[in-house]
Amino acid sequence: MTPEQPTPDHLLSILVRDEPRVLTRITALFGRRGYNIKSLSVGTTEHPGVSRMTIVVSGDRGVVEQAMRQLEKLHDVVKIIDHSLEKYVDRELVLVKVAINPETRVEVRQIAEDFRSRIVDVGRHALTFEVTGDEGKITAFIEQLRPFGILETMRTGRIALTRGSNADIPAHVYHPGETQTLQPVLSAEPREERAREVPNLF
Amino acid sequence: MNGAKALWATLANHGISTVFGYPGGAIMPVYDALTFYPEVRHVLTRHEQGAAHAAEGWAKATGELGVCMATSGPGATNLVTGLADAMLDSVPLLAITGNVASHLMGTDAFQEADITGITLPITKHNYVVRDVAELPRIVAEAIRIARSGRPGPVLVDIPKDIQLAAFAGQIPAPQARPEAPAPNPEALARARELLRGAKKPVMMVGGGSLDAAAEITALARAWDIPVITTLMGLGTFPASDPLWLGMPGMHGSVAANRAISEADVLLGLGLRFDDRVTGRVSGFAPHAAIIHVDLDAAEIGKIVRTHVPVRGDAAQAARLLAEGAQPLPRAEWRAQLDAWKARTETPGHWGAGYAVKAVVDRLRPDDLLSSDVGQHQMLAAQLARFEKPRRWINSGGLGTMGFGLPAAIGAGMAEPGVRSVVIAGDGGFQMTAQELATLKMYDIRNVKICIINNSYLGMVRQWQELFHEKRYSEVWLGDSNPDFVKLADAYDVPAYRASTAEELPGAIDAWLANPKSALLEVVVPHEHGVFPMVPAGAALSEMIETEPARPGAPTPEASEA
Ligand SMILES: Cc1ncc(C[n+]2csc(CCOP(=O)(O)OP(=O)(O)O)c2C)c(N)n1
Repeated sequence: MTPEQPTPDHLLSILVRDEPRVLTRITALFGRRGYNIKSLSVGTTEHPGVSRMTIVVSGDRGVVEQAMRQLEKLHDVVKIIDHSLEKYVDRELVLVKVAINPETRVEVRQIAEDFRSRIVDVGRHALTFEVTGDEGKITAFIEQLRPFGILETMRTGRIALTRGSNADIPAHVYHPGETQTLQPVLSAEPREERAREVPNLF
Repeated sequence: MNGAKALWATLANHGISTVFGYPGGAIMPVYDALTFYPEVRHVLTRHEQGAAHAAEGWAKATGELGVCMATSGPGATNLVTGLADAMLDSVPLLAITGNVASHLMGTDAFQEADITGITLPITKHNYVVRDVAELPRIVAEAIRIARSGRPGPVLVDIPKDIQLAAFAGQIPAPQARPEAPAPNPEALARARELLRGAKKPVMMVGGGSLDAAAEITALARAWDIPVITTLMGLGTFPASDPLWLGMPGMHGSVAANRAISEADVLLGLGLRFDDRVTGRVSGFAPHAAIIHVDLDAAEIGKIVRTHVPVRGDAAQAARLLAEGAQPLPRAEWRAQLDAWKARTETPGHWGAGYAVKAVVDRLRPDDLLSSDVGQHQMLAAQLARFEKPRRWINSGGLGTMGFGLPAAIGAGMAEPGVRSVVIAGDGGFQMTAQELATLKMYDIRNVKICIINNSYLGMVRQWQELFHEKRYSEVWLGDSNPDFVKLADAYDVPAYRASTAEELPGAIDAWLANPKSALLEVVVPHEHGVFPMVPAGAALSEMIETEPARPGAPTPEASEA
């Protein structure tokens, strides 16, 4: 037996038409094919009718490419961005509740300050911090606090945008000015456009 | 105009001439509006599963959209098997379901089922219409999605109040099918290079190539590459051509499976390397560089490692690959293949294979041949000699028993001038036998049903014989089968029976000569296997070529004694 290698994480942004059951369709696709979603966050975008999901999946490159190609076939999916292919910024918001006592209070506050974390709730025996950052920062923060006794944490899941001035949502996704509807999945030409977002696509 | 009329107007505008369906409370406005649209024919089947398979049969024969329709709840859920079947076989299908009124949806109202939720994983896409103004646009979009790219089933669920609501908008015209992306020239160049250097090349074509038969035939002849057609691709390459090697996989031919196991280059077009085709994946085409052409990028590299991926339409890719072809001297390879081909056995003595061969030998090139699922299906696939695509109508991906008769009806209605023959087992026939009523109701004259009656769920019995030490668990039908001739008679369908090799030719003549749709029951020995066979989980090279000797296998008769 070889020691188990941790499977790498992949950060995907999926732009979807904001319609009923979209979330179910996407998560069902991951579920049925046995791909494990590690984190999922969804929100609206600057374009009415388009939502943006950030999904972290673990699996080797092949698994993730297969997942993306399956996603690409869904009528609801407008565009998929694999962030490993470009530079990106990513963030996660975490709430951490840490046990304190008179001896540790100052030290805990000092750690929080070093991480530019804000206190959002103060109790007699616990402090709750809000911390925003990329994965490394959040992990480091939690590890610093762990010895004091972490009572609860809640994470939003990661969100990401590509760096630079490129907009992730291509202009043609949307009828400018017209009704609030998307172009019917963007007819032939934009469908190819979407295909090009899937890496290694021949 | 109400929503229901807008639905029919949209369907009529899209050239839909025939819809298979079954009414009910939640779709009554649609059936009411139907009376105003005589240009669309509605065919009442006797079960919604029959409607779905008939629509599939229509689509598989013609390549055009099949349409089926059902009411909410139980009607809609009865479509599910057909939708799953269409999904796995990439059949363009539109399913329209009625549903309870919008305000009742989600309340567990009478005959409510969350059909869009249920069919989520077995449709290409599905919709609930929430605003009558959107109805025609959604139906038009559903039709486009079902037909474009890799085809598949799309379901549109219409609540009853939307069917009744007033509609004042435009009825959309059909949109042109979007063109397939052009295959990458670099990938094509690499593919050509591989073919040029190949000493033992083989081509394998699947259901995604049905509309590329001419191009594929030209490609194979230009490079002098032998061709294997999968269960779904039968007919894409003419069986009479010496380059044809037969079908691959679990019940594939010796030549096809050996060729795959020996090949140095395997060119796959429009196929998805199903496990019934590959056998154990690690043992599949172990020496071959694989070129895979498919419209659906998700299929490429999904099962087998691919050396040259080509995303695109099979016809276009085949045409481009044929350019600059140079048939190379491959005498050794050809000699080897011919030797393997010579091992094809023709069923010599009386049994299911003998009967199936006698029937398929009578087919004309234009005849449609549908099958149900089981041994008779594999025998038909092995023994029929298709010269053209879209003549073989079968449930490949899902393996749906009960598919045969309704599919043959749908295909036969699409091509009323063509004989629509169906081969079924005594088990599967009884799953949709009530569709004999559909034959009677519409006086359909071109459907010829052949039941191969071995008194068993034969295919399961074969597995029990081989892999469960002949413990024949729940597969014996002999004591409870109906008298199939009388059953047909009850529906006014003329019927014939043959129980011996001597009786068979005369019975086939009478059956085919009858100007009406007719049924032929062939009573065959109970125990008879389909070979060659690659056991599940084995590699293609581990094929059992011929039926093992059978020293006194226990039969139900013997155990009765
Ligand atoms: C709906 C459905 N149920 C069960 C099966 C499993 N199954 C596959 S072949 C078969 C036996 C079919 O028997 P029969 O129709 O008599 O045909 P034969 O194999 O004897 O030719 C069964 C039960 C199936 N494919 N479809």
